Amino acid sequence: MLTSEVKKLLVQIVGQENYKDSNEMRLVYSYDATPTFQSLPDAVISPRNKEEIQKILQLCNEQQIPIVPRGSGTNLCAGTCPTQGGIVLLFTHMDKILEIDEENLTATVQPGVITLDLINAVEERGLFYPPDPSSMKISTIGGNINENSGGLRGLKYGVTRDYVLGLEAVLPNGNIIRTGGKLAKDVAGYDLTRLFVGSEGTLGVVTEVLLKLVPMPETKSTMLVLYEDIDAAARSVSKIISNRIIPTTLEFLDKPTLEVVEDFAKIGLPTHANAVLLIEQDGPPEIVSRDMEKIAMVCREEQALSVEMAATEEEADALRTARRSALSALARMKPTTILEDATVPRSKISEMVRAINEIAAKYDLNICTFGHAGDGNLHPTCLTDARNEEEMERVEHAFAEIFDKAIALGGTITGEHGVGEMKSPYLEWKLGKEGVEAMKAIKQAFDPNNIMNPGKMFAKDSRKRVLV
Amino acid sequence: MRNIENYASEVQQELKERLDYDELMNCMRCGFCLPSCPTYTQTNKNEAASPRGRIALMKGVVDGVIEPDEDFEEQLNLCLGCRACEPVCPSGVKYGHLLEEARDVLEQKKKHKWPVKVMRHLVFEEFFPKKDRIRRLNNLLWLYQKSGVQKVVQKSKVLNVLPGNLANMESILPEIPAPKEMKNRPEHLDPFNVEAPKKRVAFFAGCLMDTMFMPTNDATVKLLQLAGCEVFIPPAQGCCGALHAHSGEKNGAKELAKQNIRAFEELDVDYIISNAGGCGAFLIDYDHLLKDDPEWYERAKAFVLKTKDISEVLVELDFHEKPLAVQPQVVTYQDSCHLRNVMRTSSAPRKLLKSIEGVTFKEMKDPDQCCGSAGVYNIVQQDMSMQILDSKMEKAKATQAQTIVTANPGCLLQMKLGIKREKMESNAKAVHIVDLLLEAYEGAASGEDNIREVAVTDS
Repeated sequence: MLTSEVKKLLVQIVGQENYKDSNEMRLVYSYDATPTFQSLPDAVISPRNKEEIQKILQLCNEQQIPIVPRGSGTNLCAGTCPTQGGIVLLFTHMDKILEIDEENLTATVQPGVITLDLINAVEERGLFYPPDPSSMKISTIGGNINENSGGLRGLKYGVTRDYVLGLEAVLPNGNIIRTGGKLAKDVAGYDLTRLFVGSEGTLGVVTEVLLKLVPMPETKSTMLVLYEDIDAAARSVSKIISNRIIPTTLEFLDKPTLEVVEDFAKIGLPTHANAVLLIEQDGPPEIVSRDMEKIAMVCREEQALSVEMAATEEEADALRTARRSALSALARMKPTTILEDATVPRSKISEMVRAINEIAAKYDLNICTFGHAGDGNLHPTCLTDARNEEEMERVEHAFAEIFDKAIALGGTITGEHGVGEMKSPYLEWKLGKEGVEAMKAIKQAFDPNNIMNPGKMFAKDSRKRVLV
Repeated sequence: MRNIENYASEVQQELKERLDYDELMNCMRCGFCLPSCPTYTQTNKNEAASPRGRIALMKGVVDGVIEPDEDFEEQLNLCLGCRACEPVCPSGVKYGHLLEEARDVLEQKKKHKWPVKVMRHLVFEEFFPKKDRIRRLNNLLWLYQKSGVQKVVQKSKVLNVLPGNLANMESILPEIPAPKEMKNRPEHLDPFNVEAPKKRVAFFAGCLMDTMFMPTNDATVKLLQLAGCEVFIPPAQGCCGALHAHSGEKNGAKELAKQNIRAFEELDVDYIISNAGGCGAFLIDYDHLLKDDPEWYERAKAFVLKTKDISEVLVELDFHEKPLAVQPQVVTYQDSCHLRNVMRTSSAPRKLLKSIEGVTFKEMKDPDQCCGSAGVYNIVQQDMSMQILDSKMEKAKATQAQTIVTANPGCLLQMKLGIKREKMESNAKAVHIVDLLLEAYEGAASGEDNIREVAVTDS
C-alpha cells in the first residue's frame, strides 16, 4: 500500500486523472498474457512526459516503491505482472511517432506507439521496419524494446535489437541518458543501447526510441508446404539453410495447431497434414523466384506431400495472420495454455522436435508445437488446466526437461519471450552462476534499491537442475 | 453499510453460480481483442474498458479478488455489446454470453427506486411483448407528427430541456406510418414472376421494424417475392427479446423466444428471414438462451439453423444478377455489429450494393466498428455513444458518400443522427439496404420501360 503522502505526491506529478488506484484499475493491470500469474499493483499511473517519469522514479527510489513499466501487456514471461505490488507505469500518453527521417532511414518514436502503427506509417513511405511479433497489432514499441521481441521475419531480418540505434531512458536515480544516434558507426563507450534492449524494465524507463529502417523489399512470395512426417518437415528446415538460402520466414506448425488455427481462421488450411512449413522470401523478383524454386526442390526431396504458392497477397496475408493466432487459438482446446520458447541452433531443430514429442509422451501431456523453425525457435505449448495441480506439476517437469535438452543442444531457455518471472528460476541453467552474478552486478549499478520491475529476470532461488 | 455488504456478497455468489467458469478461463489474455474494441480505443486504451479487462473483472469478482462495486457495474454498462471482440478472438471466447449473464445478475439484484421499477415493468413487460401497445404508441407518434404539433414543438425548442440527445433523437424519427396503414399483414404471399417458388421462407417482422419502419418491412417482403420466394408471415410472432436480454431481463427474453419458436416451427420453410441485424443475432442465439431447458433447446436449435439475414438469401437466389439501377451516387456501408459479429454476415450486403448500376461503392475506414447506437446505448451512455459516432462520421465523411447504407434500424437512426450532427443533411442520407435494393429494382424496371418507349418512338 502506498502511504497517503506518497499518493499525494504522485497525484501532484501526473495529475488526478492520471493516477488510479481503484480496485477496478488495480485488477485490470494485475496480469499480462502469461498464464497463472496475477498480482495487484498499488496504483496505476499514466505519465505524460519524461519529466514526469523522472519525478516518479526519484520519488519511488527514495521510498523504495516498485515500478513496473507496461506497454499493452501481451508478453509471455510475466514480465509486466506486478508481482511485488507497487506502481504500474503506462505509456498511453506517450504514443507519438515523432519523426520518420527519410534521409537517414530512421524513425524516432515514443514508447507507447503500437508496433503495427509504426510499420504501417513507414511502409507508406516505402520503408520497412521488419520486427513483427505476433502481437504487433496490440504490442507497443516500448514493450518490444524491453522484451527484445522477435517475430515471423526474424530469420532474415533479425529481431528488435537489430533495429534500435539509440534510446532515451530515465534511470532510477532520476538521471536521463541518451544512447546511440542516427549513426551507422558509434563505438563511444559501452553499448548501453543494446544493454537496455531486452532488459525487461529492470534497469530504467525507456522514454524515446530511435529505430533503424530499411528499404521496402521489391516483392514477396509465400508458400505452404505439407508433410506427412513431422521429422521430414524439421529436416527440410535445416536443409534449406544449409543450402545457403535465408528465407524471410520459415514457420512450422504441427497438426493439432493447424486444426485449431483453421477452426478460428477458416481459410482452408490443410488439416490432414501432420506438419506444415510456411515459407516466405522477399527481395528482387528474380532472386525471390530462384530461391522459392530451390526451396520447393529441397522440400520435395524431403517427401513433402505438396508445395503450394499463395496466389495473391491477400491469401499470403491470411496465412501469416493465421500463423500469428496459433498460440491463442490453442487456448480453444483447454482452459490453460502454457508455452515456452526454447531455442536451439538451426541444425538441431529436428532433434529438438523429436525430444519434445518424447518428453510429452513421457509425462503424458498434450504438447503442440509451432514456431519460428528457421530460427531454431520453437513454441512447444502445453494444453492443460491450471486447476489440475497434479498435471501442472507434470507440466513443470516436462518443461524443465525441454529446457535441459535445449541447453544440451547448444540452445537457450528463451529465444524471444524473455525471462521475466516465469523463467527466472532457469536463468542460471543457461548462464551459470558466474553469468548471473555478472548480470546482477549490472542491475545493482543501475538500480541499487531494486525498484525497477523487481522479481524479474533474477529468481530468489534458482531451480535445481535434475540431470536426466 | 450491512446492506451494501450483503448486496456485494449476493451478487458475487450469483455470478459465481451463473458465469461459465470455463469460458472465463478460456480467455488466455493475449489481448488480440483490444484493437477491435470501440470503448478501449475511445478511452485512450484503458484496459478496464476492453474485453480482456472486462472478462478479468468478471473473473476477479467470481474469484473473490475484488468486490462487485460501482466501478465494476459501470464498466460492464459502458460496453456496447457490439461483440467485435468475438470474431477476432483466436480462443473463441463467447464474450457476449458472459456479458449478458453478468448484466442479468446485476439487474436482478438491483434495488431500483420505484419510478425506475415501474418504468422497466412498463417497457419490458407491458410494451415490447405486446404488439397492440407498440402500435398504439406508434399511432400517437403519427398524430404528433401529422397534427403539426411536432413542428410547433421543434420550433419552440422546448425539447431542449430533455437530457442530452433526446431532442436530437426525436428529430430523426422516421415518418411514422398512419394508423390505417398499420393493417395486419397477409399471412401468406406468393412469389412474383415464377411458377414454382424457389424457396419457402418465413419473415420475422420484428416489433419496431413492423411499426416505425413498416415501409422497410414492406420492401423486404417484396424483395423476397421478387427473388422467387413464397413468403409466410406468422401472426403469432412477437418481439425478438434482444432488448430484454441486453438490459438484464433474461426471463422476459426467454418467454418471447418461446413464443417465436412456437410461431415459426409449424411452418415447413427453408429459412426464417430477418432484416435487422440486432434481431437476427438474437434469434440465432435462442439455443444458447434456452440451453438449460432440454426440450426447448432442441426446438430452438431447429429454429436457429433456419434463421438468416435477408441479404444472405438474396445473394443465394442471385438477386444481385437482376437488373438494378439507381442515380449515380457514392455509397458506403456501415456494418451492423450484430449482423457482422454474431450472424457473421458481411460480404453479402456488399455484394448486393456493388451489383447496383450507378453505385460507386466506397468502403469507409473501419466499417466493422460500432456506430455507437447499440440498442438503447445511445440513450443511456450518451457521452460515449456520441464520441464513437463522431469518429464514425469522420470516416464516413471521408468516403464522400451520398448514401450511407445500414442493415439494422438502430444503426440507421444513429447514422441519421450522425448526418444531422455533422450538418450533412443536404448532401447525404442514410438508408436501410432493402429500401435501396427495392429502389434499384424498380429504378431498373422503369429505366427499361423508358428505353422501350424510346425504342418505340424511334421506330
